[in-house]
Amino acid sequence: MKTFDYIRPASIAEAVAAATEPGAAYLAGGTNLLDLMKGGITRPSRLVDVSRLPGLDRIEHLPDGGIRIGAQVRNADLAHDPDFARYHPAIAEALLSGASAQLRNAATVGGNLLQRTRCGYFYDVASACNKREPGAGCDARDGENRLHAVLGWSEACIATHPSDFCVPLVALDAVVEIEGRTGWREVAVEALHCLPGDTPARESALEPGDLIVALRLPGEARAFSAHQRYLKVRERTSYAFAIVSAAAALRIEQGTIRDARLALGGVAAKPWRARAAEDILQGARPGPDAYRRAAEAALAGAKPSGDNQFKIELAQRILVRALTLAAAGTPARVAALPASPFSTLPGALIDA
Amino acid sequence: MNLSISLTVNGVRRDLELEDPRVTLLDLLRERLHLTGTKKGCDRGQCGACTVLVDGRRINSCLALAISHDGADVLTIEGVARGDQLHPLQAAFIAHDGFQCGFCTPGQIMSALGLIREGQADDDPERVREGMSGNLCRCGAYSGITDAVLEVQQSLNDANQRRSA
Repeated sequence: MKTFDYIRPASIAEAVAAATEPGAAYLAGGTNLLDLMKGGITRPSRLVDVSRLPGLDRIEHLPDGGIRIGAQVRNADLAHDPDFARYHPAIAEALLSGASAQLRNAATVGGNLLQRTRCGYFYDVASACNKREPGAGCDARDGENRLHAVLGWSEACIATHPSDFCVPLVALDAVVEIEGRTGWREVAVEALHCLPGDTPARESALEPGDLIVALRLPGEARAFSAHQRYLKVRERTSYAFAIVSAAAALRIEQGTIRDARLALGGVAAKPWRARAAEDILQGARPGPDAYRRAAEAALAGAKPSGDNQFKIELAQRILVRALTLAAAGTPARVAALPASPFSTLPGALIDA
Repeated sequence: MNLSISLTVNGVRRDLELEDPRVTLLDLLRERLHLTGTKKGCDRGQCGACTVLVDGRRINSCLALAISHDGADVLTIEGVARGDQLHPLQAAFIAHDGFQCGFCTPGQIMSALGLIREGQADDDPERVREGMSGNLCRCGAYSGITDAVLEVQQSLNDANQRRSA
């Protein structure tokens, strides 16, 4: 690991000033950053430790029914906050389906939003990667790419965004609050992450020095509490990144879907909001026909970037399953295996 | 750059001057404090062998910079028993053959301690397995590990019930 200057700022203003310097990076939980630094994938010359900045570790309820979550709230604390889990059960389930308990205890809300792709070629410094080294090429294009993107990818980069948390956040119109050199601003989570295009090294809308200070869910998101799920297919039942995942949230009145919020994970360089599919569901009767039509619309623009044609069908099926479970109603308690369509108990078919 | 920190490790306060900001909590415990019960498996947050409790919560000490944890209260496997009296989890791991080679065991036990404190697993085997998924065991002693954790969880539940009865 390259050595670095370590700075622990006392205020947000100090943090932004210290992190504006070239080569600086923010340190929060460190669960992704230290891993990347140990592998030589990122080599910051300065770490600005924001893990103790005052005021960023609160979960606040807003007058409009929204929730404001400080960027330093730990993933586990948010998932287990009773009010948060009651109003936003699919988000809590997504959080609990990610990583391990140890990592969730350390990882922060802000850090989860900014975690880097898990593309093996990005992680392997001997491989060509346009994201790690602009212009170097992309070894994933002709490599082991069955887990790579099927939506929004480019010839320059076919990596996916690994976050579970971000998928229901995008579906439910979450917003991040940012402090930067030019002051405070907010950006929708949907607009936070970039598609690769010709510049895959640019991964987010953040500028040098920008610090995510909070995440906000609008009051309207609570209207979907009774019918929402997050579902995730992975190569082992726990402690694995998504092959594909789906967040489905419905507002059902008198047997009709009044409103739908859908997003997919593991399919693109950003959490993928499926608005065309939402439009199909609006006004429809809940049921397999509507779900399948919605799922087809969600993946209409998909194309394989390698040996991953299967992900297009898999994503549709997991979306149908998530919609089916959401319509059945949010369970009273999060499933023993969060977000899993399987059970580890012999003979049990589905625990979701 | 000020690299002095103080930690409470297994109840003892330690004032330390780090030689380098890159020192992880894991390396500090093993190399400086010679508490080698905490193991370095993958050193990348994937295996759980380095699990310790920091301020009562289980984390991977390999992915924690020591400098960033100034003031923390750390519990390692060396601080779990009371003298020669094993912690109930340690006794249960022996009783249920919750290990073979033993390399992952300190991390397993610290993780189980964290799991029980979190209070999310109850005595549901599937929730215990899910809650312990951050700790790999290459010997495959998982069924014994699950049984050991369940036994301690159940005896705690029974004790709590007796207390409230």
